[in-house]
Amino acid sequence: MLRSTPAEGKKIPQTNLLPVRASSWIRPILPWLGVSIFLGLFFFYPLARILWLGLNPAALKTLDAGSILLALHSFWFTFYQAALSTLLTLALGLPAAFLFARYSFRGKVLLRALTAIPFMLPTVVVAAGFNALLGPRGWVNLGLMDLFHLQTAPIAMVGTLGVILLAHVFYNTTIVIRLVGNALAHSDPRMEQAARSLGAAPRRVLSRVTLPLLRPSILAATVLVFIFDFTSFGVILLLGGPGFSTLEVEIYKQAIQFFNLPLASLLSFIQLLCTLAFSILYSRLISKPAVASGPRPAGAALHPAHTIRQKLFLSGMVSLLLILFLLPLISLPLRSLTRLEADRGQRGQVQSGFTSDYYAELFINRQDSIFYVPPLDAIFNSLGYAVLTIILSLVLGFPVALALRRPKRLERLLDPLLMLPLGASAVTLGLGFIVTFNRPPLALVSSPLLVPLAHTLIALPFVIRSLQPALASIPDRLRQAAAALGASPRRVWAAVDWPIVRRATLSAAIFAFTVSLGEFGATSLVVRPEYPTLPIAIARFLSQPGGMNYGQAMAMATILMLLCAAGILLIESLRLPGAGEF
Amino acid sequence: MKNPLLIVLLLAVTLLAACSPQGPVTLTVMTHDSFAASNAVISAFEQANNVKVVFLKSGDAGAALNKAILTKEAPLADVFYGVDNTFLARALAAGIYEAYASPRLANIPAEFQLDPQERALPVDYGDICINYDKAYFAAHSLPVPASLEDLLKPSYQGLLVVENPATSSPGLGFLLATVQHFGVDGYLAYWHALRLNGVVVVDGWETAYYTNFSGSSGHGPQPMAVSYNTSPAAEVVYASSPLTDAPTGSILGPDTCFRQIEFVGILKGTRHLALAQKFVDFMLGQQFQEDIPLQMFMYPVNPQASLPAEFSLYAQIPAQPATLDPDSISANRDQWIADWTNAVLR
Repeated sequence: MLRSTPAEGKKIPQTNLLPVRASSWIRPILPWLGVSIFLGLFFFYPLARILWLGLNPAALKTLDAGSILLALHSFWFTFYQAALSTLLTLALGLPAAFLFARYSFRGKVLLRALTAIPFMLPTVVVAAGFNALLGPRGWVNLGLMDLFHLQTAPIAMVGTLGVILLAHVFYNTTIVIRLVGNALAHSDPRMEQAARSLGAAPRRVLSRVTLPLLRPSILAATVLVFIFDFTSFGVILLLGGPGFSTLEVEIYKQAIQFFNLPLASLLSFIQLLCTLAFSILYSRLISKPAVASGPRPAGAALHPAHTIRQKLFLSGMVSLLLILFLLPLISLPLRSLTRLEADRGQRGQVQSGFTSDYYAELFINRQDSIFYVPPLDAIFNSLGYAVLTIILSLVLGFPVALALRRPKRLERLLDPLLMLPLGASAVTLGLGFIVTFNRPPLALVSSPLLVPLAHTLIALPFVIRSLQPALASIPDRLRQAAAALGASPRRVWAAVDWPIVRRATLSAAIFAFTVSLGEFGATSLVVRPEYPTLPIAIARFLSQPGGMNYGQAMAMATILMLLCAAGILLIESLRLPGAGEF
Repeated sequence: MKNPLLIVLLLAVTLLAACSPQGPVTLTVMTHDSFAASNAVISAFEQANNVKVVFLKSGDAGAALNKAILTKEAPLADVFYGVDNTFLARALAAGIYEAYASPRLANIPAEFQLDPQERALPVDYGDICINYDKAYFAAHSLPVPASLEDLLKPSYQGLLVVENPATSSPGLGFLLATVQHFGVDGYLAYWHALRLNGVVVVDGWETAYYTNFSGSSGHGPQPMAVSYNTSPAAEVVYASSPLTDAPTGSILGPDTCFRQIEFVGILKGTRHLALAQKFVDFMLGQQFQEDIPLQMFMYPVNPQASLPAEFSLYAQIPAQPATLDPDSISANRDQWIADWTNAVLR
C-alpha cells in the first residue's frame, strides 16, 4: 500500500493535534513556528553574522587563491573518509539492528545500552580507550609482543586511516541501531513470512521485502551518520593525527590559529552547502512513495534463535559487538582503578596494583582551586543540561515530525534545513554566538542557558529523524478506522499514533540525552567555568601532567559512562502515560 | 510532560535569575582554559575591594584572543588574561587593550616587558622544553641529548614526539626555538633531518604527553616529548603515589627551550576601569604571583615571589632559552607553519 497522498488525506477526518482554530493558511505554518524561531535565533542569525564578517566583499579581497587551494586539499579526504565510514557503519549497524529487533536473548537491553555509550563519550576519552587497547603500549600489542617475543609493537593503528574509520563506526553504529532497529521492530513480520512461504530465498526476502520496508529509516540513518563523519573533528585530531585533515579541522586551524576569518568562513560555507546538498538528496529520496505496512506491536517479531543458522548469527553478532564496544570501553574503568608505578630506577617492569585513590581524590580540592568542581556537581550540571535538552528538543521536534508525516510544499522546502546544524562547524558557530549574544537584548554569552540551547541544536535533527519515520509508518487506514468508529481526534492520537511512536519518542529522548551528556566542542566554547559538564571536567584533568590527573580523568570518564548507561536504561524502562504495551 | 514549554520557561527564568549580577560590583575576567587560581587568593581581592570576580574561560589561548578581538566593540569582560608572546602582536594590532602603567611593573624585570606602551603586562612565564623519561635513558645507558643537533644522532631515532605547530602552542613554541637556533634559512633543513631520524608528530599536547610519552602515566613509546620545563614538578605534585624524585627531566641546552610569557591587559570599553586596574596590580603583586606556580605551573614574573619547594627541587630554568621578537613571530608564523607542514607532513 502506498503512503496516502495529500489529496486522499483531505477526505478523511484530520487528526488535528493543535487545539487552535486557525484559518487555512496559518495552520500549515503552526508546527514550524517553534523550530523556525529557535533555529532562526540560535542558528541562522549567529551563523549569518559570523559568515558575513568573513565573507563581506572587503574581507574577501584578502583571500588569495593559493591558501584556498591548500585548505581545499582536505575536501576530497573529508568526503572519502565519510563515505567509507558510513558504509562500514551500515555494514555493522544493519545486522545489529536486525539482531536487536528480531531476537530475544539475555542481556539484550544492556548490550544495546553499551552500543549507545560511545556516542556520548568525548573524543579525548575514546582516544584514551583505543590507545589502551591498540596503542603502541596497548594490551593487544603488549600481548602479541609477549607471545611472539617481538621487540616492537606489531600493530601500528594510531595515526592511520583505519583507526579513523574504526572510531567512526564505534561512535555512530548506535544511530543505525536506533533508527533502523525501531522501524524493524514495528515492521510486519508476516510480510516476510508470506514471501518465504511463497518460496523466496532468504536473500530475496531481504532485498525485496525487508529492505524496501526499512528504506526511510535506513536513509535517515545514512544521512545522519554521513554528516557526522563529514564534519569529524576530534577523531581526526586525536586518533588520525596531523597526517589527516578534514574541512572541520581546516576551519579550526584557520579560525583559531591563523585568525584567517575570510578563509574559515569560506570553508564553513562550503561545508554547510555540502550538508544542505546531502540533506536535499535525502529529502528527495524519502519523499518518493514509501511503503507503509501495518506497524506491529514492538516485540511481536521477537523470538529466540531457533535454527543453527540463527544461533550462529546471534552469537556471532553478540561477540562482534562485545569485542568492538566493550574492549575499548572497559579499559577506562580498569585504568581508573589501577595504579601504574614504574620502578623508577630501571623501568623495565611497570608495577600495577588496585587503587581507589583517583575516585577519592575527585572529592578533594587539594590546590584550593576556584575552578574545582565536586564530581556530584559536575554530574548534576550534566544531567540538568541533558534534561533541558530533552525537553526542548522534543517540544520543538514533535510538531515538525508530525507535519513531515504528510509533506506538502512547505515541508519539502523546510525539511533539508533541519539538518544544517549538524553540518555547521562548531568553531564557526561558537564565534557566531560570541559576536551575536555579547550585548543586550540578547546578552546570553555569560548565561549557562547557552549550553542546553547549543545541545538542542545538535539533538534536534536526531529527534526529528527518530520520530518522523515512525509517524510516517502509521497507515491512515488505522486512523480512519478509529475515527469511523467514533474516536475523537484526541482519542485517535492516544489509541493509534502514540502507542506506535512511543518507542520512537524514547529513542529521540535517548539521542537528546546522549548528545547533551557527551557534547564537548560547542560546550567548551560557551560553558561557564562554574558549571562545567563531565566532559569539560575530564578535559581539565587531561590538560595537566601527573599520574593523579590522568587517573582522575579516567575516573570521571567512568562516571560519565555509568551515568549514560543508567540514563539510557532508565529512559527505556519508562512507561509513558497513555501507552498501552503496544 | 503536562506543559513542557512552561517548565522550560520556568527553568530558563530561574537560571537567568540565578546568574544575574547581584550585590557588589562584578568584575569579569576573560581567560584561556588553562587559567587557575586559589579560592583564598581571589577572595582576598574580592573582600578588599568589595567586588565579585567572575571568570570567563574562552577556549585555548588562540580562541580566547579571537573572541576578545571579535567582541571589542562590546567587550565581554573588563580584564583579559592569557595572551602569550606568540599572540601578543596580534592582540596589540587589534587594539583591544587600554594602556595601564601599573606601579607594580617597577619590580618586574625588563626582559618580560615586551610592550613598551604598557597595554599588555607580563604575569608569568615558562619554557616549552623537551621532557625526557629518566628511567628510559638510565635503562638503555643512553646519554640525554644536550642540544638540538644531538637529536639528529642515530641513537635517538624515533625517540622524540612533537606537536603540530598548526594546532598546538607547545608545538609552535618548539618550531620557533628551531627557527631561532638555525635561522630562517636553516630550520627547514633541520626539520628534514629530524624527520629522517623518525620524529613523531601528533596534533595536541594531550596526545603527545599522555599517549606517546613514556615518562607519563600513558607509558607510550617515545621517551622524549615537547612539554614544559615545569612538567617534571607537576609529575611530583600530581603523582598517583608519593614520589621522592621527578620521573622526568627537561633538556636545557642552548635554544632547546622556547620562552613563553603570558600577559594581562584591560579591555577597552570596560565600565570598571579603576577596579580593572586594581585587579591588574593584584595579579602582579606578591600574593597572586606566589599562587601561580602550583595553580598554572608557570613561573611568576615578579622576582619577589618565592617559589614552592616542588619548583626549586624538580623544575629547572634553561640558561639560554630561545626568545623571538613578537613582531617577527606575528609577521612570519603563518609562513613558517605552512613551510613546516610541507617539510614535515607532506
